Amino acid sequence: MADAKIILRDTSTPSAASAADVARKLSVFELLWNDGFVRKSLIIVVLAAIWQAYGSYLDNPLLFPTFSDTIAALWEKVRDGTIPMRAWTSLKVLFMGYAAGIALAAILTVLAISTRIGTDFLETVTAMFNPLPAIALLPLALIWFGLGSGSLVFVLIHSVLWPVALNTHSGFKSVSNTLRMVGRNYGLTGFSYVIRILIPAGFGAILTGLKIGWAFAWRTLIAAELVFGVSSGQGGLGWFIFENRNLLEIPAVFAGLLTVILIGLVVENLIFRTIERKTVLTWGTQS
Amino acid sequence: MSALLDVDGVTLRYKTSSAVITATERVGFSVDRSDRFVLLGPSGCGKSTLLKAVGGYIKPSEGRMKINGREITGPGADRMMIFQEFDQLLPWKTVLANVMFPLLTARRMPRKEAESRARAYIEKVGLTRVVDAYPHTLSGGMKQRVAIARGMAMEPDILLMDEPFAALDALTRRTCQDELLQLWSETKFTVLFVTHSIAEAIKIGNRILLLSPHPGRVKAEVIDVDKVSAEDGSAARLEKQIHDLLFSEPATAH
Repeated sequence: MADAKIILRDTSTPSAASAADVARKLSVFELLWNDGFVRKSLIIVVLAAIWQAYGSYLDNPLLFPTFSDTIAALWEKVRDGTIPMRAWTSLKVLFMGYAAGIALAAILTVLAISTRIGTDFLETVTAMFNPLPAIALLPLALIWFGLGSGSLVFVLIHSVLWPVALNTHSGFKSVSNTLRMVGRNYGLTGFSYVIRILIPAGFGAILTGLKIGWAFAWRTLIAAELVFGVSSGQGGLGWFIFENRNLLEIPAVFAGLLTVILIGLVVENLIFRTIERKTVLTWGTQS
Repeated sequence: MSALLDVDGVTLRYKTSSAVITATERVGFSVDRSDRFVLLGPSGCGKSTLLKAVGGYIKPSEGRMKINGREITGPGADRMMIFQEFDQLLPWKTVLANVMFPLLTARRMPRKEAESRARAYIEKVGLTRVVDAYPHTLSGGMKQRVAIARGMAMEPDILLMDEPFAALDALTRRTCQDELLQLWSETKFTVLFVTHSIAEAIKIGNRILLLSPHPGRVKAEVIDVDKVSAEDGSAARLEKQIHDLLFSEPATAH
């Protein structure tokens, strides 16, 4: 019986591949191309160019103003303070509805995870109301709350509540059994258990719910403003669009639409993206 | 001196959608301070269920369990669980914050004190390098070490380990076992350890409780396990004996 032999290899001397080959720096172009912001900006520039070209070709500012006309109208309306004021009016109502919707969703989901009947309740009402477009409730809201931000807040709550509650609940449900047991091991119960374990553990789904809720609310608000216009003394962006259409100020209509898009982009790409980067991406719970 | 953990005639049952399953039947054992007590048995012997009952997650339908003379009624930080799953660390907290978390929430320790104690235990498991890293950047072995540091930092009455090394690769598993024994020789903590590996049970434990499956019953208890050694072949002999004992059932079931 012979013993096995171990033959050592020398790894200290540099091999044929030099150190530079192990880690090669990327070129400037590759670095830029890897940046999502750069790529997306490029897409926007191309879209704007197509818009400008088509607008010039059509040459009918009443139907389809060019990109430069729209920007000029936007600049003018921003400078005289109309658009910022209108946008602020819209955003104020939006925040109210959004906050109230989230608060209600929080109550509903906490009830849903603590009792079985609460779960059944949440599942039933979300199944009923989630498919119902918020705008369809507007006629009723007008009767109940009158012409004013009350009606707007009501339809906003409707558009925020269900998607946020649904996603938060599925986020809570997806928290692994191990993490739940860890939380209970530390004696966490009730409210502190929700705050310290369930919310951070299900944060990816909760954030998705908040994003969907935001998009629904923003859409609903602009549409609702178009329907009942200047109610609260000072209309919002939707009313601005409607008003300018009646005046046949089509570039201003486009400027209003562009503002709606821009605000949506800023919230999505700046606010939600930052929250995402600081939370779920740092924690590695979402990639 | 009375035992630290006293399990007396415990029957555990759980419900599935169609039946009530008896996981363990009238199981009794007692763990003394500084014991490395191993629950060993094939799958289906209810060893993990038993550990969870000691952890306070499952109420026995018969019998009683006492820790330090107190009846076990629910989960508590006097019994720290260490799980097999890698996701037992809170992914939204760094290694340091993970170890500090129970000290702050369950022990209500001042932040400074919690941090210095957490750092000390992280150093014990050799992870000072990654103290500010998030769990998802760590390897499986490192995650389990953090979990062990987190459990030990609480200095609980007993550590409950549910196959903590079962999901690790063979090499890492060995290192982790050696480290656990090293830590034990430093602080002499009490640990209740669940495994299905006979070799691991012999390596880790000083006492082994053998359980038979369906439902889990105590088959035998092995004492003075730490007297055997791998060098003179006595560990291998014991492994063979335990193996024969566990699988000596009449072959009717197969």
